Amino acid sequence: MSGSASAGRRLSAALFRRPRLRLGGLLVLPMGWLVFVYLAALFALLATSFFLVDEFTNAVQAGFTLANFHDVLTNSAYYGLTLRTVGIAFTVTVLCTVIGLPMAFFMAKVVPARWRNLLVALVVTPLWASYLVKVYAWQAMVQPESGVLDWLLKPFGLNGPGYGIVAVILTLTYLWLPYMILPIYAGLQRLPDSLVEASGDLGARPSRTIRSIVLPLIYPSVIAGSVFTFSLSLGDYITVQIVGGKTQMLGNVVYQNYTANLPFAAAIAVIPVVIMVVYLMLVRRTGALENL
Amino acid sequence: MMLSRKARWLFGVAMAFGLTFIYVPLAVVVINSFNASKVFAWPPKEFTTHWWTEVFGNDGVREAVLTSIEVGVIATTFALVLGTLLAFALSRYSFFGRQSLSLLVVLPIALPGIVTALAFRTAFRTILGVELSIWTVAISHGTFCMVVVYNNVIARLRRMGSTPEEASMDLGADTFTTFRLITFPLLRGALLAGALLAFGLSFDEIVVTLFTAPPGVTTLPIWIFQNLSRPNQAPVVNVVAAILVVASIIPIYLSQRLAGDSPGGGRL
Repeated sequence: MSGSASAGRRLSAALFRRPRLRLGGLLVLPMGWLVFVYLAALFALLATSFFLVDEFTNAVQAGFTLANFHDVLTNSAYYGLTLRTVGIAFTVTVLCTVIGLPMAFFMAKVVPARWRNLLVALVVTPLWASYLVKVYAWQAMVQPESGVLDWLLKPFGLNGPGYGIVAVILTLTYLWLPYMILPIYAGLQRLPDSLVEASGDLGARPSRTIRSIVLPLIYPSVIAGSVFTFSLSLGDYITVQIVGGKTQMLGNVVYQNYTANLPFAAAIAVIPVVIMVVYLMLVRRTGALENL
Repeated sequence: MMLSRKARWLFGVAMAFGLTFIYVPLAVVVINSFNASKVFAWPPKEFTTHWWTEVFGNDGVREAVLTSIEVGVIATTFALVLGTLLAFALSRYSFFGRQSLSLLVVLPIALPGIVTALAFRTAFRTILGVELSIWTVAISHGTFCMVVVYNNVIARLRRMGSTPEEASMDLGADTFTTFRLITFPLLRGALLAGALLAFGLSFDEIVVTLFTAPPGVTTLPIWIFQNLSRPNQAPVVNVVAAILVVASIIPIYLSQRLAGDSPGGGRL
């Protein structure tokens, strides 16, 4: 008993004198996992995009060819596909900001403090409802003829959007809205009321205060939210399959090709990675990534 | 802030509009689970509770839930160990590559799901030649679940500072005693909140699961996805969907009780 206790104490003392050893012990597992499992998998994907496919058996052969990227870059259909995907992701991000920002502001600065937790819970709860269930719900919303939106709009002589790109944008906005509200809400909570009051004392009207004080200070939070809304939209294909009608996004092409021509699917999958890396580099300076 | 009555009213309207947008589709799912007709048409003409009693005898659903729990528990265990170790390393030490590592841990959720999914599938099947199994699913899930545990633990570590631990050491406790009596009890809430989130993320994941699971391994999202387009399964899918909507209150309640460090209970 005393033997093991003193052994523990000796080990503890030895560790205390060697901070590098302690750090090494803490890092070896998570860093090993991130590098040898995750980064290695991403590297495998990148490597595969240069591989060849046997034309008869569809078997992937290790090798080096630029043919997959050549196909992607020279076929104008994939430009359209990429532009449409980025356009959808951008629209979803803008919609999430437009809907989410006033909600976050109401939660953080307008409503009495005792209501805040309840409102946060109300906004967060749908995040825990299954992704598929929410897409399924929107299928019921936009369904032509018998959908909920058609039923709601019929008295006004209007029709619902039906399946297609509008339905995709609505559904993706719905799915990722909380990911935009929460970072903005957190940013607004960190914003000291004194700054806002000072602006008011100096004679600024509320609209001016929001424009000149609040918006510049919560800009990093909006960017943090946009990383989620943009990236999650960029890679989606299940929503498009369910409510998109004939619409296609990058993810659909990856999904359709990964069994028959994995190297080509991998080359397509590199497109959103490049877009996201460029996006992350651009927003890194705003300090938004510390808010993730 | 001193806002005019009109401005406050406008923000209130925006909030009400947002909450309506969020809850109408969920309400449709719940109401539709009582729809007597097998074919969806709004508004439902007749209501029944028959499908609700049927779902509990459904073997497919029960097995899918069990598989999801199994994957979730393994992935959460991976995520807890790795995320906690990483949070300690990054919050208590400064070293070369610290910034890059903090970016790397976010990458699995910052990159689109299909990229992570195809990357893991390619690595397992094409490069390593491993047979897909419940373990390949859990390893992939663990990778993106790690970040939520990490976020919760690092937020708690920052708030807690190192003074309680230093006091314990000054009073003669060694590293392990200090961890057992001081650090762990202070971290317990953050660990539970992180584990809850990690499990929730894994339980809900569809894209990564589709790409890394062999044909026999059917998690609940995969089961729903497979049965979504089968007309005679529609009523059961409706009830499962409604149960998932109602059950989403449980983790919210728990995470508010655990008093997480971020407003979303650490989901972000």
